[in-house]
Amino acid sequence: MRCGVVVFPGSNCDHDVYHVLKHVLGQDAVFLWHDEADLHGCDLVVLPGGFAYGDYLRAGAMAALSPIMAEVRRHAAAGGPVLGICNGFQMLLEAGLLPGAMRRNRDLRFLCQDVWLRVERDDLAFTSRYARGQVLRMPIAHAEGNYVDRDEALDALEKAGGVVFRYASPGGETAEGWNPNGSARAIAGVVNAGGNVLGMMPHPERCAEQVLGGEDGLGLFASLVAAAVEVRHA
Amino acid sequence: MTDTSITDSTVTDATITDTTVTAATTIKGRVTIFPRAEILDPQGKAIGDALARLGFGQVREVRAGKSFDVVLAGVDPGKAGELLRRMAEKLLANPVVEDFTVELISGETP
Repeated sequence: MRCGVVVFPGSNCDHDVYHVLKHVLGQDAVFLWHDEADLHGCDLVVLPGGFAYGDYLRAGAMAALSPIMAEVRRHAAAGGPVLGICNGFQMLLEAGLLPGAMRRNRDLRFLCQDVWLRVERDDLAFTSRYARGQVLRMPIAHAEGNYVDRDEALDALEKAGGVVFRYASPGGETAEGWNPNGSARAIAGVVNAGGNVLGMMPHPERCAEQVLGGEDGLGLFASLVAAAVEVRHA
Repeated sequence: MTDTSITDSTVTDATITDTTVTAATTIKGRVTIFPRAEILDPQGKAIGDALARLGFGQVREVRAGKSFDVVLAGVDPGKAGELLRRMAEKLLANPVVEDFTVELISGETP
């Protein structure tokens, strides 16, 4: 699978994602510069975490207007997989590729800690290596991850199966105490109706090798690789 | 985000009387943005708590917003409000969590 990791001014998780795809999973991976409207034939596009454009105006708002985003939209509209992690998730929201918005964390603090996520969908290209109800441990590192939308929009999102990950206890229970940032309905990850655009606040690329303390994030990238192999043989 | 719901109800046009518009004619507009009323504003709450700690016990509530002063050139004053509103809808505000108002604060014809 040819994987493109988009680099914005202020991205800081781009190399981590590249490392997982290229060195841990042995895929063809390239960096894509935000200012160039070309995906260079990539099958997967990743919008990595960081502080693109210094989070000017709102996190992700400037990046959503970068030249490469027109190509990312086209890729998404054609059914190609797009993964937005942390700041990348914020970009997908600002670009209107996913519904909702982010507010400052409930306690106004930047949070850098491990959380537990309950997997709500295991039938996506992103999650086939997980099981529904499985609990994953992943790090978060953000100040604005407090997901929100209008109540009716949240209802529609849930009904459409748009919630992929929820903050939960190590036993998989959702309770306010296990929701680190105050996100509506403990939502940590969202997928579009087509199932090919996923945004998530936690960082799977930071827990894809045992040497980093855990491998729970590897399944997400391995799922995408498996899905790409299926596409090739279809 | 669409441009179809534009109304002029929030535009206050205080100072602009000259209708001759040239490329050098400038208008300054202000877009003010606040979190929507039903959205919790933890930043405003923290600031309100801090004011209370400073002895301003009269403070009942603080909402934290932001404003943008935008200088336009060569724009018909009658269309400036609508233009600013479209800018707010497309970029300056996030309609999921924010409301905005638009006002024209000065105009200049050299």
